[in-house]
Amino acid sequence: MSDPVSFGPDLADVFGPSQTDGGPDLVQLLTPEGERVHHPEFDHDFSADELRGLYRDMVLTRRIDVEATALQRHGELGIWAQLLGQEAAQIGAGRALRPQDYVFPTYREHGVAYCKGVDPLRLLGLFRGVDQGGWDPNENNFGLYTIVIGAQTLHATGYAMGMQRDGVVGTGDPERDAAVIAHFGDGASSQGDVNEAFIFAASYNAPVVFFCQNNQWAISEPIERQTRIPLYQRALGFGFPGIRVDGNDVLATYAVTKAALQRAREGNGPSFVEAYTYRMGAHTTTDDPTRYRLNDELEHWKLKDPIERLKVYLRRNGLVDQEFFDDLDAEAKELGHHLREGCKALPDPKPLDQFGYVFTEMTDEIAQQRDEFAAYLASFEGSHA
Amino acid sequence: MSTQKITLAKGLNMGLRKAMEADDKVLLMGEDVGKLGGVFRITDGLQKDFGEDRVIDSPLAESGIVGTAVGMALRGYRPVVEIQFDGFVYPAYDQIVCQVAKYTYRSQGKVKMPIVIRIPFGGGIGAVEHHSESPEAQFAHTPGLKVVACSNPVDGYWMIQQAIAHDDPVIFLEPKRQYHADKAELDESATPDPLFSSRVVRAGSDATVLAYGPTVKTALKCAEAAESEGRSLEVIDLRTLSPLDMAPVYESVRRTGRCVVTHEAHVNLGMGAELAARVTEQCFYSLEAPVLRVGAFDTPYPPSRIEEEYLPDLDRVLDAVDRTFAY
Repeated sequence: MSDPVSFGPDLADVFGPSQTDGGPDLVQLLTPEGERVHHPEFDHDFSADELRGLYRDMVLTRRIDVEATALQRHGELGIWAQLLGQEAAQIGAGRALRPQDYVFPTYREHGVAYCKGVDPLRLLGLFRGVDQGGWDPNENNFGLYTIVIGAQTLHATGYAMGMQRDGVVGTGDPERDAAVIAHFGDGASSQGDVNEAFIFAASYNAPVVFFCQNNQWAISEPIERQTRIPLYQRALGFGFPGIRVDGNDVLATYAVTKAALQRAREGNGPSFVEAYTYRMGAHTTTDDPTRYRLNDELEHWKLKDPIERLKVYLRRNGLVDQEFFDDLDAEAKELGHHLREGCKALPDPKPLDQFGYVFTEMTDEIAQQRDEFAAYLASFEGSHA
Repeated sequence: MSTQKITLAKGLNMGLRKAMEADDKVLLMGEDVGKLGGVFRITDGLQKDFGEDRVIDSPLAESGIVGTAVGMALRGYRPVVEIQFDGFVYPAYDQIVCQVAKYTYRSQGKVKMPIVIRIPFGGGIGAVEHHSESPEAQFAHTPGLKVVACSNPVDGYWMIQQAIAHDDPVIFLEPKRQYHADKAELDESATPDPLFSSRVVRAGSDATVLAYGPTVKTALKCAEAAESEGRSLEVIDLRTLSPLDMAPVYESVRRTGRCVVTHEAHVNLGMGAELAARVTEQCFYSLEAPVLRVGAFDTPYPPSRIEEEYLPDLDRVLDAVDRTFAY
């Protein structure tokens, strides 16, 4: 009997054993212990103000998440998609953006929305059921939350192709050159749309950064169900670079995303950033992770908390004092108050509102249905339609 | 007044050119639409004249075509995408029904989706599977989409321009069997009917035949044949399938008392079902017979050697007309 035909190397030889800590290619600038390390390619000279700012952003983002989760528990929201544990990935990516850059989010990018200047209260509307996205996407260059997994990566690519045609890519003018960032998760990486987006972006050299928060879980399915190789290595097969960054390290995520966006703005095409992180909470408030994952894993990732490591670094280097923490605490409380009171005050849509905006102008057909429904409602005594 | 005789393919090509000249935000995208001019040559010569940035050959991925068009629309462009054949639209179905159709509603009117999705549809060209389908009801059933079907060269010329200028997404159905068939006289100085309007294309008094796209020609032939038998058929080209323009239909059926709908799509839950329901609701006391439907059987599109036994033809439509007189 002859030996089986060799069909290339064993994947385990190429990619190494399964890597629970991100592997040797992980870009990191701040260790889980709060140790500042340097990277030959991706680095940034952070000022004390920048560091304090990033810390503040993460603390306030966590506060948004905690408040919204509590609002769901109190019945004020129907559901909430938690970001607990992913603050560094979102703030690092969000702060790397320039005002002219455009964001295409999933439904979990609360931290990026905050960076783009969207009032967090606006995010609650769709989870409360009073609207399906209450902000104007063009006001902050922050798209509406997209619930169909991965669909927005194509929108991002098309938008980036529009930017190319508008002549705002590769002009050399930093105020003018723009890029798009497409957010998605490890589960979405299996979607056809995401793979098509990669192909279109590569084919047209579109200025888009594919930013994947690999939080290890797609509801109950672990990353191994989506991929047999590290996700960032898939990018090469599509013809653009992929980088894996410690998604719990806000400094590294910022530096890597900044470089990726700059590359796109300069006209050098798409890239893929895999922010290696962990979903500390449930998929959403309706999920129960105890059914499918072990507490050990959670405990392991708790030690890598994105906020704690920066806090340690700031303290150890004397960059903050108690007043800083007191002020931030007060600010977070104020934000919580804003969300709690604002959420309860969000007006319910009226029954007849459902007929609006199906089209840019109401058609006669829909106007007729609205009028008939209005007459029907009015036929009940004491109707307030 | 200068006129010229054109085919449907030429009318669409001329209309696309006009739309691109009128607004530089209009982009064309699809498979083989560039150098080749599309497999049916509808975009012939447009890339040469408008450049590769405006007439874009896409990778072979329909969801990618429609999904990136959504992004272009968000950036202020007016993409016109070509789906090469009706049966290939389904990979893009999610983007069409979940994104294209819903963005304006989701954003409470803050975002417009001026996208035209051109689909060559219908059978009769001797093709292999997936090249002869009639998926219109699936889109007409989706709130947020407008669906139109042209039936002749002159309408092709005007309707494509009107669809591109329209601010809502339009599924634009083109009867591919007619692309290079008959010629008609186009007067570019004429004023076209509004896009979302149906039209009486032959006046009659005994029964009303409703048709759109490829079956308009069939219905007109029926009317000719019926006339030789002393029966006067009124033929209405619906042109718009969503929204429907029913006023001319109701007016006609109230006069004739009989109504037959014909389309190439399957009868079950097809456009004919909706039309029959509406006509019955609005013209109940005028009807001498139930509204009858003549369409494809509720079977997949057959091998092409028997497609003429599958598609509604002159005899089957006339047979239905006869049956309305049997009540």
